[in-house]
Amino acid sequence: MTGESLEQIAARRQAAREAQRCRISVCSGLGCESVGGEAVLSRIRERMEAEGLAGATEVYPTGCRGLCQRGPIVEVEWKEGGAARNHLYLDVDAERADRIALAHAREGGPPADLPSHAGDPFFTRQTKIVLANAGAIDPEEIESCIAAGAYSALEKALTDMTPADVIQEITRSGLRGRGGGGYPTGLKWSTVAKEQGARKFVVCNGDEGDPGAFMDRSVLEGDPHEVLEGMAIAAYAVGAEQGYVYVRAEYPLAIKRLRAAIKQAERQNLLGSHILDTAFNFRVDVRTGAGAFVCGEETALIASIEGNRGTPRPRPPYPATSGLWGHPTLINNVETLANVPAIVRNGSAWFAGIGTEKSKGTKVFALAGQIKNTGLIEVPMGITLREIIFEIGGGIPEGRRFKAAQTGGPSGGCIPARFLDLPVDYESLQQVGTIMGSGGLIVMDESSCMVDVARFFVEFCREESCGKCIPCRSGTVQIHSILDRITRGRGELADLDRLGELADLLRSTSLCGLGQTAPNPVVSTIRYFREEYLAHVVERRCPAGVCTMSAGAAAERSARAHEGVTP
Amino acid sequence: MSAEQAVTTPKGGDKRLKMLDAAMRRQQFQPDALLEVLHAAQELYGFLAPEVLLHIGRSLKVPPSRVYGVATFYNHFTLKPKGEHTCTVCMGTACYVKGAGEIHEALRKEFQLAKGQTTTEDGKLSVVVARCVGACGIAPALVYDHEMVGGLTPESAVARARRWGP
Repeated sequence: MTGESLEQIAARRQAAREAQRCRISVCSGLGCESVGGEAVLSRIRERMEAEGLAGATEVYPTGCRGLCQRGPIVEVEWKEGGAARNHLYLDVDAERADRIALAHAREGGPPADLPSHAGDPFFTRQTKIVLANAGAIDPEEIESCIAAGAYSALEKALTDMTPADVIQEITRSGLRGRGGGGYPTGLKWSTVAKEQGARKFVVCNGDEGDPGAFMDRSVLEGDPHEVLEGMAIAAYAVGAEQGYVYVRAEYPLAIKRLRAAIKQAERQNLLGSHILDTAFNFRVDVRTGAGAFVCGEETALIASIEGNRGTPRPRPPYPATSGLWGHPTLINNVETLANVPAIVRNGSAWFAGIGTEKSKGTKVFALAGQIKNTGLIEVPMGITLREIIFEIGGGIPEGRRFKAAQTGGPSGGCIPARFLDLPVDYESLQQVGTIMGSGGLIVMDESSCMVDVARFFVEFCREESCGKCIPCRSGTVQIHSILDRITRGRGELADLDRLGELADLLRSTSLCGLGQTAPNPVVSTIRYFREEYLAHVVERRCPAGVCTMSAGAAAERSARAHEGVTP
Repeated sequence: MSAEQAVTTPKGGDKRLKMLDAAMRRQQFQPDALLEVLHAAQELYGFLAPEVLLHIGRSLKVPPSRVYGVATFYNHFTLKPKGEHTCTVCMGTACYVKGAGEIHEALRKEFQLAKGQTTTEDGKLSVVVARCVGACGIAPALVYDHEMVGGLTPESAVARARRWGP
């Protein structure tokens, strides 16, 4: 314990910041890092030192700013005549970094030819709760997080609220599981809280396995303390003293930052024993996944944390009653837990005021695929797909036409153009045959073949099936071989019915979510893009030109054309 | 040569076994830390040799069948030595719709990898596929050893991998 309260740390940091001439933050998210973000950071630092302003300016790395396509991203904040000003630079290279540093050091303002992008729709159309601090704090330094309000919600919960109060707040807020299922978080918490047991656990599910999704990675890398604080509040509410964060091995930076954050929080008495001088104890350990998609399923995740193969088991009993080593266990997704501190701090009414009737708050989406602004966005529930894709995302590049948006990864489905004005929430997405999922949003234009996309997802599920139950183990192989046949130009009309039958079988008889949802991409593409399937099996051609239809099929087609037969 | 000897055989002052033991001690030899220990071992040796697996099993008091089962269940663990350099092609959805498949094909062709083969004959380079590295914003992405590179084409991906070669 440093002897300093959270308010004192925050006030000291705030005063230090006021005294500075300007603050320059450089995005250190993975996207910016891969295009030289770190070099830009050290370059600006060097320039400031050379100008003799090292002490008067703060140059620091932040978490992901979202617009990965235009990195490295640099933001400068300064005061001009008592008013706070800020300037957001995109596509900063070494040469621009020099000019930015010199202009702010010598003239106290931005270079004339580099406009600020802070007012771009990509940034202004978002509503940030989970990612509120990710672009403003240095995630590797706890004091900058505390200055931004980290752990103040934990302090409020521990000193002013009973565990029952906390659960009531979460229930009233209407927060639902952000991992994809949408189960009411408050209900889950109260189930675990009611369980009698000497030991209980809180597990944070950071096994973000969906290909095309990186929300959890950005949250863990950009604001690890927010997740740890959410876990601690959850532990206080349900009566747990030990927590685990399960993170994929593919996210080394997230693991590193999380480990560092836990150490720093322990040193500040924000995790560990007698947290903030109360009777509450809570320890957190990081567990690293090892590349198994099925471990996102809660019972498989538990098996993996226990050091076993990640295979699911039938439920009930649910982990809430019998989880880790048979003890009651609360499992929440990273984004769900990251919402908790803001709800406790600002109250459930504030949170419930955002979103739609049944889906409250915001959702983080990873925008990827054939879209201009790829990156990470946080939007209120109920926003339309059109707003996300065309206003925030900037539309489809090179003037091509929008074809479909894929949500929910291998468990989800495709949304065709006619549903672009659909408000995005759990229920509406379910109605059109897909799911909210963890937040991957892949945009496809006319250059994507929907049969090939379905085959891609089924291949993924086939490879990732753990093999424990037969419907999933064999069913995914069968579905894949049929789709493979179709994309090679050897399919037949009856294949479409076979796919439908297999889909029903997998949905109703698989042991866990992986198998139950594996047919979703197939069912949804057949539903909305049946004519593409027909083009493959009847005309033996791929309208998008993606599938390499076999030579035999091509010969057959040209022979038919010669004979003047229309298939 | 017994299994134990194989792991301890010093190769140029090999301290790796000591480091592996230290990693297990940090976990208090808890059987449930098996995954963490396998991660540590693979980090040290580059792959998981049978002797290493046996040694871990004995130390954590976990039967060899379970150690082997866990090591082969997860994609991240490899029981075969990898090449000096590894080129990981991300096959996540975002990378796939932006042409990761062609990049993978180009690399395999360039380095003459047969079906099922991931490491070149001379042991210089491995070309492997990842499910999704979460770099969707800069798709298509590849990881060259530990460095992430985005926005690649088949040509630029091959050219970059060539830099390691002769």
